[in-house]
Amino acid sequence: MITAPATSTTESTVDSEVLVEVNDLKVHFPIKRGIILDRTIGYVYAVDGVDLTIRRGETYGLVGESGCGKSTLGRAMLKLVPLSDGHVVFDGTDLSTMKGEPLRRMRRRMQMVFQDPLSSLDPRQSVESLLVEGLRAHGLDRGREATGRRLRDLLSAVGLPSSALRKYPHEFSGGQRQRIGIARALAVEPDLVVADEPVSALDVSVQAQVINLLEDLQEEFGLTYLVIAHDLAVVRHIADRIGVMYLGGLVEEAASDDLYAAPLHPYTRALLSAVPVPDPVLEDRRERILLTGDLPSPAAPPPGCRFHTRCPWRQPTRCDTERPVLREVLPGHRAACHWAEDIRAGRIKPHEVRPELVEEEGVPTVDESLAGPTSVTEALGP
Amino acid sequence: MALLEVTDLTVVFQRRGEAPFTAVDGVSFAVEEGQTVGLVGESGCGKSVTSLAIMGLLPRRGVRVSGSVRFEGAELLTESPRQMRDRRGRDLGMVFQDPLSSLNPVVSIGIQVTEVLERHRGMSRSKAMRVAAELLDQVGIPDPRRRLDEYPHQLSGGMRQRALIAMALACQPRLLIADEPTTALDVTIQAQILALLSQLVRDTGTALIMITHDLGVVAGLCDEVNVLYAGRVVERAARHELFARPRHPYTHGLLSSIPRLDAPRGERLVPIRGAVTDNIPWTQGCAFAPRCPNVLEKCLDVTPEMEEDDGRLLRCHNPVRQEVPA
Repeated sequence: MITAPATSTTESTVDSEVLVEVNDLKVHFPIKRGIILDRTIGYVYAVDGVDLTIRRGETYGLVGESGCGKSTLGRAMLKLVPLSDGHVVFDGTDLSTMKGEPLRRMRRRMQMVFQDPLSSLDPRQSVESLLVEGLRAHGLDRGREATGRRLRDLLSAVGLPSSALRKYPHEFSGGQRQRIGIARALAVEPDLVVADEPVSALDVSVQAQVINLLEDLQEEFGLTYLVIAHDLAVVRHIADRIGVMYLGGLVEEAASDDLYAAPLHPYTRALLSAVPVPDPVLEDRRERILLTGDLPSPAAPPPGCRFHTRCPWRQPTRCDTERPVLREVLPGHRAACHWAEDIRAGRIKPHEVRPELVEEEGVPTVDESLAGPTSVTEALGP
Repeated sequence: MALLEVTDLTVVFQRRGEAPFTAVDGVSFAVEEGQTVGLVGESGCGKSVTSLAIMGLLPRRGVRVSGSVRFEGAELLTESPRQMRDRRGRDLGMVFQDPLSSLNPVVSIGIQVTEVLERHRGMSRSKAMRVAAELLDQVGIPDPRRRLDEYPHQLSGGMRQRALIAMALACQPRLLIADEPTTALDVTIQAQILALLSQLVRDTGTALIMITHDLGVVAGLCDEVNVLYAGRVVERAARHELFARPRHPYTHGLLSSIPRLDAPRGERLVPIRGAVTDNIPWTQGCAFAPRCPNVLEKCLDVTPEMEEDDGRLLRCHNPVRQEVPA
């Protein structure tokens, strides 16, 4: 039903297994200053050269701490933010050059589930009108009766009674609202669902309901997921493959089990060791890799390896001068570290790191009120 | 005698024209010197209100606080606002969840930390500045002298939380209450702050009340854990017992509903049905009954009492029998 524009297929072979292919994607937000002149004084390098592929039917998890660019990457894949450079190829169609009506029609096939269901659902629209809106926009409203049936099916798929149609978002609990958000995304029968922190706003006991629901729906409708979350345990549970982001770049990518069993990148190791586990026996004998200092500013990323300022395995050469590329270290397991093999073999031992002040030198110091957002969540926050 | 003894603490919010709401419903627990006690529960379980009541920070109007809070034998609930002001900072310290909203945005960090020292320890400005720099250094803030002149917005989230901890510790309080101190932080920063807290507890002998929704945080830190549901403690046990054999269906449900980093993959989560608001009043029966997988008819009619069972305190008619696989 969607005719691809002639220029859309890229030189890369169209692999039917691959749904989304991201090549050297960059999203840079300008930092502006001045009232009349509005000069650009620098950039926030939110996403800075990311390559990844998402296969049809899989769940790709994206983890990282706040400000690492994971949300921006998710939005860039749907072209919800302007791309500075690079390509996003969705099912053989290059989105980076697409705009207007073809892009709008393409968006039917990729939908988003947001973190906070209360602020992402219009409080003045009933659930019915919320769900019908998408159907109408994409010409899927096929008469009163068929649509009514479709809506009831959707609600029962996400575990809500059909009486919910006449209610408004505030009448539901957090978990139920997230179900509505999911139903809204599914209404237009997408191929790809990007879920940005789908459970982090929910109570612990309700999170599991939504996670199970996402898993069931994937099986039922053959969906492909990109799940973005800061909670490693959630991502490991739900994702087949995981990409770990740090300061705008992917530092490691592997199958979920491999990543947990044998993390290769020092940052992933630190991240995994920092997650508290609800088991006192394990907590008592766990060895923690405590990172010192904070995330450097994405407006002035450190040269070389972005992680070298906090890395306990940092070496005197290469780390601070040469940016490591994401390369295959083990089969199916990619890491962006010069010393991944040596660290894995234990030839390099971790050492103490003195916390460095997070400073923005080189670029003009940026007043927070004038600076661009450090993350999309901040920019689009309520 | 315990350092802090909370007995039958009840907090009722009364708004004009609305039915009174009991946020905390007869909570009792004790904290010994140097001990770390956890209060765990989901939103609305009354864990934060409990801490505010202990600190005497609840508004005077529209709130009824009853029961007893004894600190070294002295009753805090009947103390005058002035006496409580002296106690806060000196005997009791508190660290809040959101460090940005609990710091004054227009006052430098230095002034905010020294204020405590001048007020409670009667130091001169210059001495207080010196001590403040030491405090910031102690909590791991690099270049503390420069940080003293900076404002909260110039610090990162983790640094702000450290500054707050430094302020709370400025007068070496006997008891520190940390209300979700790491919820707003990233995991790597959370690990730093938790390590800092447990080190401070060890070094200074300060007792700590840790309030959190994250069972993982409790597992690594607390000696004793109280699980709260709808304003009441439903289970209390030493942390090893609690996590090895959760007996209350709510505790058990919480533990089996969270995805664990070390669990085999592909295992399905077992959620607790319903939402946190699906309660029945405690006066009628067990508030958790509508969501409980172990519910009996009795649970809907008879209020369960706190009973000693199996080396722990438990409020349940039909506790969980089987062991959770470790």
